[in-house]
Amino acid sequence: MTTGSSSKSGPAHKLVETGITLLITLFGVIVIIGSLKAGINWGAEGPRAGFFPFYIGIFIVASSAINLWNGLRENNDELFAEWGQLRQVMSVVIPTAIYVGAMPFTGLYLASMIFIAWFMRWLGKYPWLTVLAVALGMPIVTYLIFERWFLVPLPKGPVEEWLGL
Amino acid sequence: MEELVNLFHGFAVALQPFNIMVMIVGIVLGVVIGVLPGLGGANGVAILLPLTFSMPPTSAIIMLSCIYWGALFGGAITSILFNIPGEPWSVATTFDGYPMAQKGKAGEALTAAFTSSFVGALFAVAMITLVAPLVASFALQFGPAEKFAVYFLAFCSFVGLSKEPPFKTIAAMMIGFALAAVGLDSITGQLRLTFGFTELLNGFDFLIAVIGLFGIGEILLTMEEGLAFRGGNAKINLRVVLQTWKELPAYWITSLRSCLIGCWMGVTPAGATPASFMSYGIAKRVAKNGSNFGKGEIEGVVAPETAAHAAGTSALLPMLSLGVPGSPTAAVLLGGLLIWGLQPGPMLFVEQKEFVWGLIASMYLGNIVGLLVVLTCVPIFAAILRVPFSIIAPLILVLCAIGAYSVHSSTFDVMLMLVFGVIGYLLKKCNYPLAPLVLAIVLGDKAEEAFRQSLLGSQGSLGVFFSNTLVSAIMVLGLIALFWSVIQQGYSRLRGAVA
Amino acid sequence: MKHTAQTALGAIAALCAVGISVPATAAWEPVRPVEFIVPAGTGGGADQMARTIQGIVTKHNLMKQPLVVINKAGGAGGEGFLDLKTSGGNPHKIIITLSNLFTTPLATGIPFSWKDLTPVAMLALDEFVLWVNAEKPYKTAKEYVDAVKAAPPGSMKMGGTGSKQEDQIITVAVEKATGAKFTYIPYKGGGEVAVQLVGNHLDSTVNNPIEAVAQWRGGKLRPLCVFDAQPMAYDEQIADGKSWKDIPTCKSQGLDMEYLMLRGIFMPPRATKDQIEYYVELFKKVRATPEWQDFMKSGAFNTTFLTGADYAKWVEAEEKRHETLMKDAGFLASTGN
Repeated sequence: MTTGSSSKSGPAHKLVETGITLLITLFGVIVIIGSLKAGINWGAEGPRAGFFPFYIGIFIVASSAINLWNGLRENNDELFAEWGQLRQVMSVVIPTAIYVGAMPFTGLYLASMIFIAWFMRWLGKYPWLTVLAVALGMPIVTYLIFERWFLVPLPKGPVEEWLGL
Repeated sequence: MEELVNLFHGFAVALQPFNIMVMIVGIVLGVVIGVLPGLGGANGVAILLPLTFSMPPTSAIIMLSCIYWGALFGGAITSILFNIPGEPWSVATTFDGYPMAQKGKAGEALTAAFTSSFVGALFAVAMITLVAPLVASFALQFGPAEKFAVYFLAFCSFVGLSKEPPFKTIAAMMIGFALAAVGLDSITGQLRLTFGFTELLNGFDFLIAVIGLFGIGEILLTMEEGLAFRGGNAKINLRVVLQTWKELPAYWITSLRSCLIGCWMGVTPAGATPASFMSYGIAKRVAKNGSNFGKGEIEGVVAPETAAHAAGTSALLPMLSLGVPGSPTAAVLLGGLLIWGLQPGPMLFVEQKEFVWGLIASMYLGNIVGLLVVLTCVPIFAAILRVPFSIIAPLILVLCAIGAYSVHSSTFDVMLMLVFGVIGYLLKKCNYPLAPLVLAIVLGDKAEEAFRQSLLGSQGSLGVFFSNTLVSAIMVLGLIALFWSVIQQGYSRLRGAVA
Repeated sequence: MKHTAQTALGAIAALCAVGISVPATAAWEPVRPVEFIVPAGTGGGADQMARTIQGIVTKHNLMKQPLVVINKAGGAGGEGFLDLKTSGGNPHKIIITLSNLFTTPLATGIPFSWKDLTPVAMLALDEFVLWVNAEKPYKTAKEYVDAVKAAPPGSMKMGGTGSKQEDQIITVAVEKATGAKFTYIPYKGGGEVAVQLVGNHLDSTVNNPIEAVAQWRGGKLRPLCVFDAQPMAYDEQIADGKSWKDIPTCKSQGLDMEYLMLRGIFMPPRATKDQIEYYVELFKKVRATPEWQDFMKSGAFNTTFLTGADYAKWVEAEEKRHETLMKDAGFLASTGN
């Protein structure tokens, strides 16, 4: 379903890589700030809590600077990925994000049923019967294995509350 | 040989029908635990511990240690099939195991992994049988400085010599260290890098990062390439086991080396994870086809698996003879021993002979039973890859979510897992190596802790890392490993100059 | 699809209704598995106790629903306490506490106090003993303290579990009482600390009895004194013809310091009287089992049992004491992060 108009266009590799390098730099800066808060000097108990993270932060920023320089210098006209490919990737990331985000409210079981059903129906185009079998079967098996046999409680929502599980 | 007499007596104990049944049940449960991410060996043993409360202590500990075996075996399965290591020590197995599966050699990879686990564990058990007291006194020599040196060595032997640009490797590794530092600083008892978010109290758990970076990241990469798992054409009959066995003896040197690394790391007790990374790193450097590592070399499966399981097994030795668990699972087993009124420590081998030798005998038998069970299942595991991607992918994602959740029973961790997944995808596309990042998360805070404990003890003097022969020797080995490629180059240049 | 799903859910509901018989009002009972939170890692003292209780409950069928042990050790136990604090009104969650009930909020500034929880019962108190390596010449606490004083300040190493927690508090109190100066080295677990002492990487430790008893029996360690007002109650021989009872109190050795660690049970806020009553009865039954008594003996625990107002009063006094002790030691969190 991805073939067609957008065959050879997409974000440039250079652009994405620059963005990521900048994000890593930002992460390094956050680490440095956090370390400064925790204290970076050498106290009575040896190095203080922020001592190592501080230098790690410095290393992250420094190596990112070099990576940024190398990345910009390089003559790389490649695409990071085609738009169609990225759309494929997003078609997993977005539903998974919704799934994960819904879990604290709906509990794991309901969210998983809907997620599996959606995935199989939408991306796999399976008949409803197969979809239902897997989408219901997997959470039930999970319930039995985790909660009944191994006694590991998994997140539950209003439906499970109502069922008294 | 009083030990041998005791051992045979132990075999007699372990071979009682009830104990054999207990063994098989334990192995099967263990494999299930190992396969499901989030139900780690420690978790599994902890959960099943109360169930064994009503059994005689020997049967109970046999069952628990068999669960431990099963989990060790099971951890390799998801690593190879889906690039999702269920246990920290299975990470290094993914490096070559997963590429093998993608090439349609899932059966070979699984067989190699299981057989190597068996060899590693067997070697370690033999060591426990023969030289237990000697090894225990060796373990006592490891203070904080020596421990730091071991972590340093593990790190140095893995890092370096990667295909990726060096500064990207450094950046990735440092990100790992930074993530490991988040949470409570164990030396000062102070929170750091949490910025007031209570969710960050726990820091970044290794498993969540790995499930995200490796498991989810891999699914995203697969999506980009179209909806298919490669490797569906894996052979699914038992002949593949025999064929792989014919190949394996060629790697006996790697095997032996990995056994030794594993036993050493398990006893010290640094644990199975550094052992697997270190063994993989060294194998990559000295193997003839080392440059092919990471593309699906069978040797790259043998090395980490052997070491991890030799370490996992020998970790039980310090537990029994010193009362110090070498791994989280061993810690829970230790609790089990206490509940049965068995006090691990120097007197256990003297006062509870029947128990100790029954346990050791069950290690031999449990390992053999375990190997048989998992090998017969190789075709079944390999057949999983034939399930169409659009069915298996959502199931894997759900299992990943469960795994991430059950680490701390926190839905925040599940979101974190997805974030790690996207990061893993982006980093991989941009040629950042993920392995050093993961290694840094695993070893970062432990290494820092040992380092700072040593400095506390030496009142700030760095000389403590060269204060005796043991620690100096390990540090020097580490430095050699770090500069291995430079040394190699220098050596060949020297030879060129002489010639 | 909707229809099918509803039918399926209905079927599951029906199955469950059969499984759970509705209890006859009056006394409260759990209707689903009870989570037993351990604010410490697997294999530690609190974890061992929780798992022993779980085992006893399972073996003697003391509860109709399973009791599930869950470790929430993050942030020196802060993770577990915050979990309970935010589960107000959930009667299917209990927590076993150790001294980090007081020390963690004080040392880290994690927004939590024991007053956020509902006290249920004190199960036992854990003792602390001053240990040295058996190869060392010190036979009494006084000899050891004199040796520490004679050595250059800070050159003697005291090991313990965690930072700014009970072990370090005791160490600082010992320093205050004697004028000796130690270097305190924190480790992750008590068993590791004991082995580091055996390996002579440390000079002394303040391990709990259960953490070091194996090494004592093996002739590797020597107890010098116990940080309690009176000697421990157990007179069964352990090693070199000595029993727990023969260990003198530190006070009698000129080391004026007492410290006992709470092993108690709390529930989330807003628990009802019935619910508290249920758990108190449960733990009374647990305490009556021979397994529990064996466990108490193996760890030489002080078996004081308190509930209700007495327990709350004890906890309150103990919190005040910790605040003073930690303030004196300079362990209070300075910044909010």
